[in-house]
Amino acid sequence: MIYHRLHSNDNRKVEFSTETMKRIRELILHYPENHQKSALLPVLHMAQEELGGFLSADVMDYVAELLDIRPIEVYEVATFYSMFNLDPVGKFTIDICQTGPCAICGGEEIMEYVKKKLNIELGETTSDGLFTLQGVECLGACGSAPVLQVNTEFHEFLTPEKIDALLDDLRELSKKNNDSKSRWVEKFF
Amino acid sequence: MGRKILLEKAGIPGIREFTIYRANGGYESVVKALKSMTPAEVSQEVTLSGLRGRGGAGFPTGLKWSFLDRKRDSPRYLVCNADESEPGTFKDRYLMEFLPHLLIEGLIISSYALGVNTCYIYIRGEFKHIIGILQNAINEAYRNGFLGNKLLGTPYNLDIFVHPGAGAYICGEETALLESLEGKRGNPRIKPPFPAYKGLYGCPTVVNNVETLATVGPIIEMSGAAYAAIGKGKSTGTKLISACGNINHPGVYEIDLGLPVEDFIYSEEYCGGIRNGKRLKAVVPGGSSVPVLPAELILRTAGGRQRLMTYESLAEGGFDSGTMLGSGGFIVYDEDACIVRNTWNFTRFYHHESCGQCSPCREGTGWMEKILYRIEHGNGKMSDIDLLVSIAGKIEGTTICPLGDAAAWPVSSAIRHFRWEFEYHVEHPEVVGAISHGALIRSQEPSIQYR
Repeated sequence: MIYHRLHSNDNRKVEFSTETMKRIRELILHYPENHQKSALLPVLHMAQEELGGFLSADVMDYVAELLDIRPIEVYEVATFYSMFNLDPVGKFTIDICQTGPCAICGGEEIMEYVKKKLNIELGETTSDGLFTLQGVECLGACGSAPVLQVNTEFHEFLTPEKIDALLDDLRELSKKNNDSKSRWVEKFF
Repeated sequence: MGRKILLEKAGIPGIREFTIYRANGGYESVVKALKSMTPAEVSQEVTLSGLRGRGGAGFPTGLKWSFLDRKRDSPRYLVCNADESEPGTFKDRYLMEFLPHLLIEGLIISSYALGVNTCYIYIRGEFKHIIGILQNAINEAYRNGFLGNKLLGTPYNLDIFVHPGAGAYICGEETALLESLEGKRGNPRIKPPFPAYKGLYGCPTVVNNVETLATVGPIIEMSGAAYAAIGKGKSTGTKLISACGNINHPGVYEIDLGLPVEDFIYSEEYCGGIRNGKRLKAVVPGGSSVPVLPAELILRTAGGRQRLMTYESLAEGGFDSGTMLGSGGFIVYDEDACIVRNTWNFTRFYHHESCGQCSPCREGTGWMEKILYRIEHGNGKMSDIDLLVSIAGKIEGTTICPLGDAAAWPVSSAIRHFRWEFEYHVEHPEVVGAISHGALIRSQEPSIQYR
């Protein structure tokens, strides 16, 4: 059994932008009347993207209020799905696939290489706050194994050289983009 | 070259765009269905085609549709299962990424046949870039009168919405998917009631896989009988196979059902043989859940017949010497693969993905993972091997949903066909545990046949 300790937001403001609020109002219309709870997963994705990269208790309470459901209904969902981070993460989450098809195509070696390169273990964040390393299960890209995702962006047919280039690119990108809140993912929902 | 029904247009530059898709004959089947056929006639064609669910279970689609409760005065829903998460399977990703309009075409016709006015595509959250592709395609379809109110001037209305999951294999199980779509944890429901009677929001619902629904357009275009003429016996039509592992050409291939497994693995048109000139050791032909078979048994049945890519031929011999076509996630292992390590890996996957509702699955997958870990890392006991068989047997058939079975089969089949390798791990703790020790085991291997 895994117990999650929920984080608070330490007085930081928890509020969606006007633009996101508009998207949420549109989103709720996708579902029948009185079933706005259906919008919970997409709204939690938005919250994670826009409100700091992880779901704190404050953020979840805020989402509960928006969708007019009880906070526990948000907690139980947020703790079930692996894409939701309940602890603070770095600017880039590196999710390496560790399931069978990737593993037999060099995925285990890639995992060891990235750990060594970043000098962290699974679940840890680098001291500069840039990278969080996570082992994830099958990403549905077994034909291009080994694969990883950086904040849901796929990188495939990995080799140590590609990992070197990717980490360099991400470091460059973080220098250009100083906005600590932005996780540079496109907004689709 | 094999026949292309689903992937016919895949090579056309810019085919993701509505205008190019339409100019190449796209959406003709929607025009045909809505303008010249009744919903019952569309369903009849799908039944005649013999199409079977492409998500893994292989249940006849026409029959599933016929169960939908059409009498009740309530909304009905069609939900497209795009939660593709079965290890080894990546065909739906390919379809949605390269041919989004083919899926939308199938969704429109299927919704029309089922009398559905709202359709959801439940897609796994990790496929975020595909959500954008699908949404663009849906927007284009709305702009061109193929979605929205009064489709093509007929009285029929349809809306399609894309709904993201958030990382949970179990949501590929249809009732867990519905729970998730309602904004809850992905815990499978007890059946009955089946979704056809009580599904999304308690309303009659059909849940079908992406590939299944994408096939409906071509079936209407070519007629159910013409589709049924392809394939072999009750395995009609073509199927997408996503091939991966230690092969020369991993990728998504469309095959006529009935193709010999040997041709699929060794012909240049498909897998292109085993990578680095090695020999074939084992295959998991239908996604990680189906039983693993050693080289000899995947190429020929125990009765000595050529093994074919059909639901029936792959299952020949039952669980003693057969396996399943499943989702078409074809994972190939070369002679250096370690079966114990792979089994431990898959079991860790199922332990991680178990929703936790049923004790046999929640506890059993964890026990199996721990035992396999210790065998793989040189701390196993000989009695562990039978203990694993016993646990797997007690999970199978005792859970609400098939995840329990899916976790048990890889373990029991690996021990059934590769028991020697498990024993070797127990007897030689000094050599196992490292990432790659399959080659060493091969050099000690007395009995397993390679091809």
